[in-house]
Amino acid sequence: MRGYLARKTLVYGLTFVVAVTLNWLIPRLMPGDPVQRMVARAAVQHPETIASMTDYYERTFGLDLPIWQQYLNYWAALFRGDLGTSVWLFPAPVSEVVLAAVPYTLGIMIPAILLSFVVGNSVGAMAARSRWLDNVALPVGYLITAMPYMWLAILLAWGFGVALGWFPVAGGYDFGLVPQWTWSFALDLLQHWVLPFLSLFLVALGGWAIGMRNLIIYELESDYSNYLAALGAPKRLIRQYAFRNAMLPQITGLALQLGTILGGALVTEIVFAYPGLGKLVLSAIQNQDFFLLQGTLLFVVIGVLVANFVIDIVYVLVDPRTRTGLTGATA
Amino acid sequence: MALAVNDLKVWYRTLRGDVKALDGVTFEVADGEIMGIAGESGCGKTTLGKALIRLDTRMKHVGGTVVLDDDELPLADDAAMRRYRYREVSLIPQYAMSAMNPTRKIGRMIRDLLAAHNVRYAEVLPELERRLKLVGLETDVLKRYPIELSGGMKQRVVLVLSTLLNPSLLIGDEVTSALDVSSQKAVARALVEFRDHGFVKSMIVITHDISVLFQVADTILVMYAGHLAEKAPAKTIINAPLHPYTKMLIGALPKVGDRYEEQQLEGIEGRPPSLLEPPAGCRFRDRCPLVHDKCAEAPPFREVAEGHHVACWAVS
Amino acid sequence: MRKENGMTATQPTAGPGAEASEQPGVAGSPKGGRKAGGDTRETLYFALRNPKVLIGAVVVVAFLLLGLIGPAFLKYAPMDYAGPPMAPPSADFPFGTTTFGQDVFAQFVAGLRSTFLVGLLGGGVAAVIGMTIGFVAGYRGGLIDELLNMLTNVVLVIPGFVVLIIINAYLGVRSVPMQALYIGIFSWPWVARAVRSQTLSLRSRDFIDLARLSGVGVGTILRREVAPNMYSYLFMTFVLLFGGSILTAASLDFIGLGPTNAMSLGLMMNQAVQWSALHLGLWWWFIPPGLGITLIVGSLYIMNVGLDEVFNPKLREM
Repeated sequence: MRGYLARKTLVYGLTFVVAVTLNWLIPRLMPGDPVQRMVARAAVQHPETIASMTDYYERTFGLDLPIWQQYLNYWAALFRGDLGTSVWLFPAPVSEVVLAAVPYTLGIMIPAILLSFVVGNSVGAMAARSRWLDNVALPVGYLITAMPYMWLAILLAWGFGVALGWFPVAGGYDFGLVPQWTWSFALDLLQHWVLPFLSLFLVALGGWAIGMRNLIIYELESDYSNYLAALGAPKRLIRQYAFRNAMLPQITGLALQLGTILGGALVTEIVFAYPGLGKLVLSAIQNQDFFLLQGTLLFVVIGVLVANFVIDIVYVLVDPRTRTGLTGATA
Repeated sequence: MALAVNDLKVWYRTLRGDVKALDGVTFEVADGEIMGIAGESGCGKTTLGKALIRLDTRMKHVGGTVVLDDDELPLADDAAMRRYRYREVSLIPQYAMSAMNPTRKIGRMIRDLLAAHNVRYAEVLPELERRLKLVGLETDVLKRYPIELSGGMKQRVVLVLSTLLNPSLLIGDEVTSALDVSSQKAVARALVEFRDHGFVKSMIVITHDISVLFQVADTILVMYAGHLAEKAPAKTIINAPLHPYTKMLIGALPKVGDRYEEQQLEGIEGRPPSLLEPPAGCRFRDRCPLVHDKCAEAPPFREVAEGHHVACWAVS
Repeated sequence: MRKENGMTATQPTAGPGAEASEQPGVAGSPKGGRKAGGDTRETLYFALRNPKVLIGAVVVVAFLLLGLIGPAFLKYAPMDYAGPPMAPPSADFPFGTTTFGQDVFAQFVAGLRSTFLVGLLGGGVAAVIGMTIGFVAGYRGGLIDELLNMLTNVVLVIPGFVVLIIINAYLGVRSVPMQALYIGIFSWPWVARAVRSQTLSLRSRDFIDLARLSGVGVGTILRREVAPNMYSYLFMTFVLLFGGSILTAASLDFIGLGPTNAMSLGLMMNQAVQWSALHLGLWWWFIPPGLGITLIVGSLYIMNVGLDEVFNPKLREM
């Protein structure tokens, strides 16, 4: 078990270094002088701040320094929590802008992930049991899984928002309201939350259901299932074992899917103009705000790594094989 | 009479037609008898073993009866068979290495299984521990996961688990083939011991490895292409076989531990016939050195001496 | 021991949504081992009788043909201001027109081409990288296996979509093939893991030992002995990578990070949302591109389930 954790820690540590390095490296592969390009692009919006911006970027990028020093400076800044300054929202620090958006993204992601995982696995387990349900659930599940996240979001926005008018289709709360701790504001927040959440939930749901269905069928074919059946164990016990064992790869799958679901959350937010990280990414791209973009994405990467690590530790608790040090899960 | 099988036919359904894997077999196993079944792979021995306890989804019971201790087994009715499984008929499967749920502690799995048969774990535990010790295992294997055990240990746990409710008939399918020679011997000894202690009344041991049968079996049944060829006391089969196929099988056995099916049987041309459309008459006749006109008709499986049955026209 | 952890290592789940990291809906359980060669005809026989394979193949081929030969019959180029703005579907414009009077059908057909190109190239790149790394790691073992395994795990945990956003935003991806290349580079890890564990289980079988004893080279062994046992598995893997690349590309295009010199289905959705097609009720603008992707990718997935049944006789009776 200790070996397992040590291995995990090594992999995640390495991944973190690689991710940060990529984040540092890619902008430096951009053709031309990045500072000039950034300032030129931003200049249209903030003509009055050009001088201070140029000065600031030159300092941050430190392009006159040797390359290894640039790299070390980047790490130093990162550990201070300094992700730079936004161009678009100048002079707001990127970390502040990102932290303000995080609750919205987590607010749709966490419920969507947890609920889709629970409901999807239950539906999948039921489908493995009934031919009728299987024939319905399987094709529907595959089609839902095959849907681009933003398309389902568009359909929901159009159907429940524009056509039926049940839910608002843009923003995190009504533009006329000021955020405050009141019931009416909370209700408004909830109304804006429904469609983005539903969109994310549905796409993820199909995948879990299908995964569970396939895994259970394989588990039911396995040797221990056959042995139990030969010894007269009732179907209930065999299914219970199969479900339990099929959950293990699903938990590993959850860790592996986090990045994908997060990508889905980003584009879903864009459709609904939901003020989370996805919207931030879009604004950063449209406004050529590379500091904001980099900061947001770095934050996202770290979030995914941490979540993965947590899931791996949970996995140790549920799979005895990792405790005996004979096999690994994700990594 | 522990077990009486009468004209049992079990076929496999495939898209090309029915494979007649077990095509009318009749034999008996006496109380306290350990009967070995030998034959090349595909001769129907595994099908026979499965048929007696649980048909898989592709198998169908076409005809014949199986009577165990005066009770006819409802082979085709999976739900009705449940009553007999484990208490009356039990199994040590081919895949004993992976027969236990990898994510449950062994004791917990046994507890779940017993609960399903309305037996209280606590009541059986002393006996369970006694039998584990008997096969040379510590009782703390119950607190371990299967993956923590070696192959030989797993095999012995499965032996104890499968016979815990003292079944009337135990079917052992390739019980020793995955093991090294010393573990093989230990498991073979344990099988005989379990019969001697009365944990199981009678046994059917199916194997590729005839040398294992020499060690454990009282009688040996030789099968060929879905039919029975010969049944006799083990000594007779080895020293004085009558059926030409048995003679070749014994003659083709080079040394202990070798598996004959991996090489061509010595001097026997060809392969067993397809069981999709098996030819009428004796199924061995294409490969038989003693073939003559009469063989176009299927030979009866008749008793030629006390406890010695043969299906061959050339044997008088 | 290998058998027991084969399941976890192979990742047989088809996880959710699954842009960059779709996993095969098959358990590459080594126990479902296939006979080496010799039964191609039997496979074909079952494939042509499996409704899932047939329906999936028909839908995919229909869209492919539309993308390939469709442009020859079009009156307008995708970006031409061809007709009246915001016209609903009609004989002239089967999918209607955009707010600018562009022919949605022409855009759709052009988008199909990009979609298939991204799927083919992105899936191909990922398949080649993943299979090579998986083969080598599983076959060579030892230190090489350790290193490749580490690399695989690192790329596996990095959210590929995020890195793709950074790459596309900074380096500017101008063409569909470039986009496909980058997508491929970040979607191979699960393939490598699956192929590695398959190779490990095959490696331990007798025929490989036999080949090795007879002094045949590693490449020959891989090609002659290992690969044929895995063809079906590799094919299904490619099918899933194909679908995954399409979905990832659609997301990138939708954020506005797609190729600038080509039309794509993701870009159509981007423009539809950007120019308020939702509020103007121009459903014919945003429904076809998403529906096209859903049908193509969904058919691929369903086809994959069918192929699993074909290749794995155990599942045929289900």
